[in-house]
Amino acid sequence: MKFARPGRILLALLACYGLSACSVEPWVKPYERDRLADPIMALEGDPVSTAYIQHVYEAREGARGGEGAAGGGCGCN
Amino acid sequence: MKFRRHLIFLAFLVALPGSVLGGVLPDDRGDVLYHRYEGGGVTIDGPSVLVRKKAGKSLSFVGNYYLDMVSSASIDVITTASPYTEERTQWSVGMDYLRGNTTMRMSYISSVESDFDASTYAFSVSEDMFGDLTTLTLSYAFGEDIVGRSDDPTFRRDNTRQHYGVGLTQILTRNLIATLNFETVTDEGFLNNPYRSVRYADSGSALGFSFEPELYPETRTSNALGLRARYFLPYRAALEAEYRFYTDTWEIEGHTASLTYVHPWGPFTFEGKFRYHDQTGAAFFQDIFSRSEATNFRGRDKELSPLTSYTFRGKVSYEFLDKNKGWGIFKRGSLNFSLDHLFVEYHEFRDITSGPLGEEALYELSANVYQIFVSFWY
Repeated sequence: MKFARPGRILLALLACYGLSACSVEPWVKPYERDRLADPIMALEGDPVSTAYIQHVYEAREGARGGEGAAGGGCGCN
Repeated sequence: MKFRRHLIFLAFLVALPGSVLGGVLPDDRGDVLYHRYEGGGVTIDGPSVLVRKKAGKSLSFVGNYYLDMVSSASIDVITTASPYTEERTQWSVGMDYLRGNTTMRMSYISSVESDFDASTYAFSVSEDMFGDLTTLTLSYAFGEDIVGRSDDPTFRRDNTRQHYGVGLTQILTRNLIATLNFETVTDEGFLNNPYRSVRYADSGSALGFSFEPELYPETRTSNALGLRARYFLPYRAALEAEYRFYTDTWEIEGHTASLTYVHPWGPFTFEGKFRYHDQTGAAFFQDIFSRSEATNFRGRDKELSPLTSYTFRGKVSYEFLDKNKGWGIFKRGSLNFSLDHLFVEYHEFRDITSGPLGEEALYELSANVYQIFVSFWY
């Protein structure tokens, strides 16, 4: 699988940043985010626990990163 | 024979925003965790303590102490070396700075063991956009490792590691939030384990094989693309699905998928998760080489073998303090227990203790991972 060149990614990010300055009407209003603010919807509710279990996965598998939190790796036996 | 560990970029995790409302610093909290890994002849346990505290309206500081106490008689160790015990200590400190819709984070992580020393410097910036429906995060980290050998004080090798990450978190509906993450990691330096060996066919040996040190390429670049979505079910429960595609220059290609269900019941919250991971092996991995120094690079690390792993998780949390029942400075408190059962099938790595050459069974690993922790918000 080929990924886009870093320059193109940077350009896309800059375009996103530029768009953020425009007035975009949020389709989910702040007062409609009560369910998303519920603790059961937290993407990373327990940072210490999540970091630990990702460390275990990286130690036991050959892949790393892409899960929104950890990177690096581990070659544990 | 000893562990070789790279530093996990914990700072990205402990600095993650905990709110979907955007433009706010993470909550003040403290966590005290005990972890224990048991499986494949290896036991690793120890504590992890995290404290996070705001200072004013724009700054938040975080610190983490983590300890691994290792007792290892793994399949690698019992076949080519002697069982051992050791410790790894990790410290990290970080700071979040909020200005408008922008959050900047800096952190430093140190990991020390008797024969491995790692330092990581990390920086990231997040921008909340489009009425806080979208959060874009760019991250960078630089790591330096010093690899030693416990039996040779003159042995020293260096590694450097650079991490580039882009993350996009998007509120899609009032019930659905998703996050897309792309990460590239580049390593350069001494990347193999200084203790581990590969085996090769040797007709002069009674076993039919002998061992020699492994030899890895001195560079590695990996790309990972992950997508995760969490949905609020109509009866107050949550369902999360995740997929990750991974590829690297060692020709490992991996697919990871998981499904998580979260169900609150009074002060309790129950969580169940199934995770699946499948990968091809590194180009230079072989369970047995045809002869000594048969290839330019060679490795027999079982994590570089083609493999499939399955994880089953059960977790229960009990909230003993909530917004209606605080205690002193503490607004909320929870006690948590989780058990992850990990089962790994190796498709080329064989258990050389299971029989004579040619009749050895493929190795399988079964491990239990226990966590018990208490969290306070103040």
